Amino acid sequence: MAADLWTALFIAILAAFTGYEVIGRVPVLLHTPLMSGSNFIHGIVLVGAIVALGIATTPLEQAIGLVAVIMGAMNVTGGYAVTERILGMFDRTKRKEGP
Amino acid sequence: MSLPGIGTVIDAVYVVAVLAFILGLKAMSSPETARRGIMYAGAAMLAAVVATFFSPGLSNFLLIAVGVIVGGGIGWYWARVVQMTAMPQMVAVFNGMGGGAAAAIAGVVLLSSLSNPADASLSVAGAVIGSISIAGSVIAFLKLQGWMRQKPLVLPARQPINLAVLIVGVAFGVYSVVRVDTVFLLPFFVLLLLYGVLLTLPIGGADMPVVISLFNALTGIAVALDGFALVNGPLGDAGYAMVIAGVLVGAAGSLLTILMARAMNRSIGNVIFGAFGATEETGVAIQGSMKPIEAEDAAVLMAYANQVVIAPGYGMAVAQAQQKVKELSDLLEAKGVTVKFAIHPVAGRMPGHMNVLLAEAGISYDKLFDRDEINPEFPNTDVVLVIGANDVVNPAARRAGSPLQGMPILDVDLAKNVIVIKRGQGKGFAGIENDLFYKDNCRMLYGDAQQVVGKLVAALKKS
Repeated sequence: MAADLWTALFIAILAAFTGYEVIGRVPVLLHTPLMSGSNFIHGIVLVGAIVALGIATTPLEQAIGLVAVIMGAMNVTGGYAVTERILGMFDRTKRKEGP
Repeated sequence: MSLPGIGTVIDAVYVVAVLAFILGLKAMSSPETARRGIMYAGAAMLAAVVATFFSPGLSNFLLIAVGVIVGGGIGWYWARVVQMTAMPQMVAVFNGMGGGAAAAIAGVVLLSSLSNPADASLSVAGAVIGSISIAGSVIAFLKLQGWMRQKPLVLPARQPINLAVLIVGVAFGVYSVVRVDTVFLLPFFVLLLLYGVLLTLPIGGADMPVVISLFNALTGIAVALDGFALVNGPLGDAGYAMVIAGVLVGAAGSLLTILMARAMNRSIGNVIFGAFGATEETGVAIQGSMKPIEAEDAAVLMAYANQVVIAPGYGMAVAQAQQKVKELSDLLEAKGVTVKFAIHPVAGRMPGHMNVLLAEAGISYDKLFDRDEINPEFPNTDVVLVIGANDVVNPAARRAGSPLQGMPILDVDLAKNVIVIKRGQGKGFAGIENDLFYKDNCRMLYGDAQQVVGKLVAALKKS
């Protein structure tokens, strides 16, 4: 196994614990926005899709790569917009009721 | 010192982006900072995507730009125009797109570097999980959107069939890698997509939030696996960013899935394989009958109460009755009635969904009470108004042998009077008869939630 893969594995283990700790004590109120927010974060797949399409050479690879980029971009923008809308609602209420 | 190369700058952007994802997720775990959290994460994502464009050695720029603009445009527009009630299925769709992208990336890697056994194996794993995630998410979307039957679809011998589809599908993938042959990649993807469909078909609408959350975690893992496959490549550092963000979501999403299942007193295995709601309880005859009430009488009952608890459910949201409910609550309070809202953990279609919908209507947080807070209050409550909720107020959950047994419910039947606003006499999401409707202290107020609450408001204004 290449050295880069080992490095990535170490990183993955640390990231797993980070993800677990970060969510630890989250109120039920925020489950929906949090699911939506984490849905947005795996939109990083778009970066991989750009790389995959960027190094694609055959027409088939390019076609599949293009599908990946379109889907990844939908994940990013849609995930962000949904989360932002949900959280925006909390914000507005707070301003209304605020001191 | 010479200027840092473009590669170094891109790496630095990825590092900052990953940090912002973690901090953003952390901030999203608290109501005060949640909005800031998504903005951090959003800025980080934008920076990471823009930086990737400048990666040395990329080609097909026109295609990339077209893909980003088309996909990004559709996602943005769709998420903006959709009703708040449809948010759960939107999360499902966008999650599915992430899974599909992960599967497609794996497809490109498999086609271009099948001869590298490590990258190819990782891509097969990413493709398996990504394909299941997109197919399952699309089914979840179709069910929640009502474009497909919500009731669990249970095929005979589904467990062995599903297992066989999965095993044969994975075998095609393994064969492709071992033989370095792309011929079987197509059946590989087809069977895995089929497995995602078959896995999700038997799951009823009530369980969809948990399933969407699970697919969300799976997509994270698929993205991480793709990242692993990319770290050895020419632009490996994008792979590290994917590994971290993907695993982060995989771990956080898994925990979130467990928390959501726990709120329904179910195990994940039971949700996925249980085909909940497909079976009917037999041999239990419910005593009593459903007794209707008119809106005017219900209004009087509430106007003279000391405390009214409103238990809203998804039906209220579907009927867009939130504004009317807010009006009703204000009118009652003006008459000196204490009004509280009882929020079941899975009211609506996702944990916290109901809070979002009520917040949208301008009902303040301090009137919303969760199950544990409100349940002891029901015996001292004069009137409970159930609006479009069903399974979460079904006292059958306290009875041994009921399919709902053990599910945490709102004990609204313990109140002095219960008024249930309901469209018709149909069953709830879980497809189970509701004992509550047959109780002596329960009255049924039939009609569309928005119209009925409107009638209540009108009656209260007159009195």
